[in-house]
Amino acid sequence: MSPATQASYLKGLDYSVLQQCMHCGMCLPTCPTYDATLMERSSPRGRIALMRALADDRLGVSREFAKEMSFCLGCLACMTACPAGVNYAELFEMGRAEVERTKVSDALFRRLIRWTLIEMAFCHPPLLRLIGRLMWLYQVTGLQWVVRQFGLMALAPKRFRELEPLTPKVQAKFSFDLIRETERPQGPPKRRVGMITGCVADFVFSHVNRDTVDVLLENGCEVFTPRGQACCGSLHGHNGEWEMAKRLARRNIDAFAPEKLDAIIINAAGCGSHLKHYAHLLHDDPQYRARAEDWDRKARDIHEFLVEIDFKKPAPPASCCANGGPGRVTYHEACHLCHGQKITQQPRQILRAIPGLELVELNESTWCCGSAGVYNITQPEMSGKLLKRKLGHIDRTGAETVVTSNPGCTIQLETGIAASAHPGRPVVHPISLLAQAYRRARL
Amino acid sequence: MAIEELKRIVGDANVLTKDEELTVYSYDGTAMLNERPLCVVMVESTEHVAAVLRMANQRKIAVVPRGSGTGLSGGSIPSKGSIVLCTVKMNRILEVDARNLTMRVECGTLTQAISDAAEKAGLFYPPDPGSMKISTIGGNVAYNSGGLRGLKYGITRNYVMGLKVVLADGTVLDTGNKCVKDVAGYTMKDLFVGSEGTLGIITEVLLRLIPKPRAKKTLLATYGKMTDAAETVSAIIAAKIIPCTLEFLDSVTINCVEDYAKIGLPRDAEAILLMETDGHPAVVEEEAAAMADIARKNGARDVRIAADAIESATLAAARRTAFSALARIAPTVILEDATVPRSELAKMVAFIQSISKKYGLKIGTFGHMGDGNLHPTFLTNERNKEEIHKVEGAMKEIFDYAIDLGGTITGEHGVGVAKKPFLPGQLGEASIGLHKRVKAALDPNGILNPGKMF
Repeated sequence: MSPATQASYLKGLDYSVLQQCMHCGMCLPTCPTYDATLMERSSPRGRIALMRALADDRLGVSREFAKEMSFCLGCLACMTACPAGVNYAELFEMGRAEVERTKVSDALFRRLIRWTLIEMAFCHPPLLRLIGRLMWLYQVTGLQWVVRQFGLMALAPKRFRELEPLTPKVQAKFSFDLIRETERPQGPPKRRVGMITGCVADFVFSHVNRDTVDVLLENGCEVFTPRGQACCGSLHGHNGEWEMAKRLARRNIDAFAPEKLDAIIINAAGCGSHLKHYAHLLHDDPQYRARAEDWDRKARDIHEFLVEIDFKKPAPPASCCANGGPGRVTYHEACHLCHGQKITQQPRQILRAIPGLELVELNESTWCCGSAGVYNITQPEMSGKLLKRKLGHIDRTGAETVVTSNPGCTIQLETGIAASAHPGRPVVHPISLLAQAYRRARL
Repeated sequence: MAIEELKRIVGDANVLTKDEELTVYSYDGTAMLNERPLCVVMVESTEHVAAVLRMANQRKIAVVPRGSGTGLSGGSIPSKGSIVLCTVKMNRILEVDARNLTMRVECGTLTQAISDAAEKAGLFYPPDPGSMKISTIGGNVAYNSGGLRGLKYGITRNYVMGLKVVLADGTVLDTGNKCVKDVAGYTMKDLFVGSEGTLGIITEVLLRLIPKPRAKKTLLATYGKMTDAAETVSAIIAAKIIPCTLEFLDSVTINCVEDYAKIGLPRDAEAILLMETDGHPAVVEEEAAAMADIARKNGARDVRIAADAIESATLAAARRTAFSALARIAPTVILEDATVPRSELAKMVAFIQSISKKYGLKIGTFGHMGDGNLHPTFLTNERNKEEIHKVEGAMKEIFDYAIDLGGTITGEHGVGVAKKPFLPGQLGEASIGLHKRVKAALDPNGILNPGKMF
């Protein structure tokens, strides 16, 4: 179906979703783009008012509307603040879909990026892995070093120049090289869980995926990591590509067969936030609706899952003081974990259970770091401001290590830290620290 | 032409005229009101405000002041063809004076920022309107906002020591100072507190601060009968205790909170009373014990005293989530603020419940029992014209009854446009006449927030 003939997403929406906003303004102080501009149009309340005006035919889809939809981080801090429980996540996705449908912002570069990333790479896992492999070659062959050392990037177009430092370090081994399709714990398994490896995480954070499987095994879970799994579709949903998001959801349901699992585990906040809403996505698909509901019931963020099953607390290492643990760490909350999934205490509970770890609270820990999916690519200026603010808070904690649970945040913070006055500070996933603690306990 | 002149005054980027921009300044926090302005001007200084008013006064263009747009009486809804003068960029804290216990701020400063700055200096700014995280002090002063601490600490007016105000013709007026005692001339600052932007535009506020109370204790009492809760409040006051918080929820609200937050409230209770006392630690201990005792003697089924800050937060959760719990139920939420003398509170609550039955409307009531300020909250749908008509009828009856009991149509939200039809009924001809004479003297061209209040 060609987008232009598709019906308006906002007009098709149940009007009560729009009406639920009582324009009280409580979202304004939590919105990073309102905070930066003090402009109502760049606030959640303003954006909802624009969407409602569109649905009412008081406004048409314009470039100004498109700008606001693109300027919004989708961090969902407004949903945490909203007294009326407005489903901004849904409204935001509809708003962006409306922009795509009407093609009001159709620059060539933008279309090219969208086509490469959203329609090709993130819909075809083998292709994405090939891109990952090429990136890895670029990095290990020394080509990246040459490019950076001799300033060759100066020759590239401006946008590519801005993107190059953001290219994450690709691991030599991807997730499927490190994780067997089925792995069994020592002793009889207490639970059978599915493991989602993610798309970028699959080759940039394959070690975090391995750590997650180790932690699950340590807690008596049999872990199933199907080879046929696809990207979760969150990137597509957030960027107005609903049909593709649905296709990917169906493919994942088939690959995992949720009816045979106790839980489906994800360690990336952004994916988790989307993965728990397959039933909504497929509500008009009679063939998949029931399975999607089953999927939603079982989809779990790893931290949430571990606390639910009362995870095994790592013992202090036997050979005392030899390897004292991670030391002073601070926790940056991924938006899609704290706002998208309301998971705030569980990661802290896990961190506090780790021997030799001192958790220092981060000021504004739930304020977006500016990564926000592809936001650091589409809105580099605002993203940079948020990163700077975040790094300032991190510096003031005096932490040796920053902990966070989302690939996007990790890459954003690593890039920022590398370019900062304290370039050595690592950014790690809480689950990696837990896996290391289990390993240390065995020494 | 007016637009070009405005751009010369405040700069191009501070004059908003696009359709999208006008759409997002056509509402405030009030339900069902919407009107687009001619343009929006983001002012950055008193000089900007003065120049804009001079120009508007010459051309007789209406000016509607606006802070964060959280008002609940439609006071910042644009009138047709008006300039919205938005103050959020004037948000600097100019001075915290710990020797004189004052703070000077620009009008667009957030109430929360003021509270935080006071706390940082070991001081306390007590007014805490429900929207304090985003409301601006200019709006608080212009609407004389209240909050949860009214009974013990008073309202915004009690903390305004001085104002910088721009009059309709652009004259800049300074009124008040840091002196606790000052009887030179009329107390002009008091004229502008609660004037709802109809007499002048406040650009700076000098606030009074007080020392921060050292301790606080929280109690929660549950009642089978609303009258018992009201009796408890009267008995506490009669025992010479002034708690800093005396908040109640009625049965509709209790059940909504329980549906939403599941915090274990008794669904068959008719009222819950949240009480807090603050001050010197020894006094707080003594008062908390006395309040618990009074509550039990007056028929409380259950009284819980929080042992620590965490338990305090748990007890306070019911009141804190009250509005959210109600707001989730219906697409349109109309939050009213009829207020009666404390002694008449039980009667008023019973009346609201009978009105709810009579009209077949869902109304949850909660509010500030210590100062008689109720929040009957109508849960409805603006698209259901028939029901909205009933809401209007019910509201009129509630306001009339509040006036009969010696109360007021608005305790803290202001008149704006939402309460305008009811004001003459409360004030009478003489007072409305005086209002009009004051308005005509200060704003002869009627450019300041026209059509609001009366």
